[in-house]
Amino acid sequence: MLNIKMKVVENVAVANEVYRMNLVGNVPQLVPGSFVELSVPGFYLRRPFSVAATAEGRLMLIYKVVGKGTAAMKDFPVGMELDVIVGLGNGFDVARARRSALLIGGGLGVAPLYQLAVALKKRGVDSTLCAGFNSANDIFLKEEFADVCTEIRYATMDGSCGMKGLVTEQLLDIEYDTFYSCGPLPMLKAVQAATHTPGQLSLEARMGCGYGVCMGCTILTVSGPKRVCKEGPVFEKEELVW
Amino acid sequence: MVDTTVNLCGVKLQNPVIPASGTFGFGAEMSEFYDLDLLGSISIKGTTLEPRFGNPTPRIAECAEGMLNSVGLQNPGAEHVAKVEIPQLRQRFHQPVIGNICGFSIDGYRECCRLIAPQVDIVELNISCPNVHNGGMAFGTTADGAAAVVQAVRDVCDRPLLVKLSPNVTDIVAIAKACELAGADGITLINTLLGMRIDLRRRQPILAQKMGGFSGPAVFPVALRMVYQVSKACNIPVVGCGGVRTAEDVVEMMMAGATAVEVGSENLRNPFACKEIVENLPAVMNDLKISKLTDIIGIIE
Repeated sequence: MLNIKMKVVENVAVANEVYRMNLVGNVPQLVPGSFVELSVPGFYLRRPFSVAATAEGRLMLIYKVVGKGTAAMKDFPVGMELDVIVGLGNGFDVARARRSALLIGGGLGVAPLYQLAVALKKRGVDSTLCAGFNSANDIFLKEEFADVCTEIRYATMDGSCGMKGLVTEQLLDIEYDTFYSCGPLPMLKAVQAATHTPGQLSLEARMGCGYGVCMGCTILTVSGPKRVCKEGPVFEKEELVW
Repeated sequence: MVDTTVNLCGVKLQNPVIPASGTFGFGAEMSEFYDLDLLGSISIKGTTLEPRFGNPTPRIAECAEGMLNSVGLQNPGAEHVAKVEIPQLRQRFHQPVIGNICGFSIDGYRECCRLIAPQVDIVELNISCPNVHNGGMAFGTTADGAAAVVQAVRDVCDRPLLVKLSPNVTDIVAIAKACELAGADGITLINTLLGMRIDLRRRQPILAQKMGGFSGPAVFPVALRMVYQVSKACNIPVVGCGGVRTAEDVVEMMMAGATAVEVGSENLRNPFACKEIVENLPAVMNDLKISKLTDIIGIIE
């Protein structure tokens, strides 16, 4: 956990109501699947965001306008200085993937899978991305994923890109030794049932602090109450109870 | 050099700044941000006799200048807190510790106090949590109910006993006086105000519990007013709590009558809130020509 100042160097629309914000600052190397808490001027609580990519001194966030806070964010000008807490949560265990990993994402949950796919490629692991969206114009980071994944399968609810239907309906013939997933709860539940190996699921939650002190985001797991912001957001498939 | 020390119910604090219960856990997470030893004290997460999961989520909602929470006293239970959490906190924090206890029956409060009191320097009796049924606030909203719990806990508590009161009452002074009469050594004011928010698109309350405790800078004037009223009416120290976010707020609370000041929600948006307040306090005192902080306690007539 580190509280730093970062500067906006890019803040552009990349899909329907979805924006890409690039920030620069003294950010350390971040574990894929960890998240950040961004202070939005005029709003009391910070906003948690997954990290889509990191490089030296650079951070990429993909966010969707869903309320007043994110609506204010899309107007952040280039050059604006932001107060960010980075390195929150546990992140994905990249090391467990041996030869091939399956990445399953839904909607904005696809964003943190990009940093993960980059890290897996560095380790020589083949990644198959199965990404589900409502429609073709909701899809983001298409070219970026194409550079780091060995196979990509899209599923859209309206059939405008890839298979028509749910992302979890196309996993059967894929070979993998572990999987990683991030997306809405109903999707994660379906992923739990549709996968045949152990794997990790990243959860989203309404948070107060993001660093483990308010107990606002607690879920019940097989081993008792866990904070999504601290013990999570990434949980083992077997840990979650629905 | 300014003097920031205060004496809270016979316990000397190096400064009056105390993270409020429920906004600081048991200190472990916050110690990753800064050295906790600069704090006056810490009021640890509200503890009940038995472990509690708390309320369903969402438990957090936002509002202008503040937030709502309906956490519902999630905690690992008094035995675990006494045996594991407090000893761990003592390893990284060498100032007085305040144990915050809550219950659902008078017996529950007593048993919880029996386990927690020996491990802490001050006990803070929470009879004001708005987020649990038949507990907390049920005792704290009448003078008789408050007095009954305080008396029962007093008998088993050999530590200074603070009583944290709810602002969701008509006459805070009557309840505070009843607590004083029943043996309280001090009063903490205030717990959260009961509030509610609605998600317009879902046409549902944001909180799964529908209602929750409202806190943050917006409640500061309410807390300050109650600190003023109670400190004038009672002869025991008052700990001011509610919407404090700056060193100036600390001074204002003390002028209203507070002997020490708890910082709550601000810890959840700025992890360095208490550190910044402690570090800014001497400069603010210099600016206001205060050499000894205790000189200004309750100076407002």
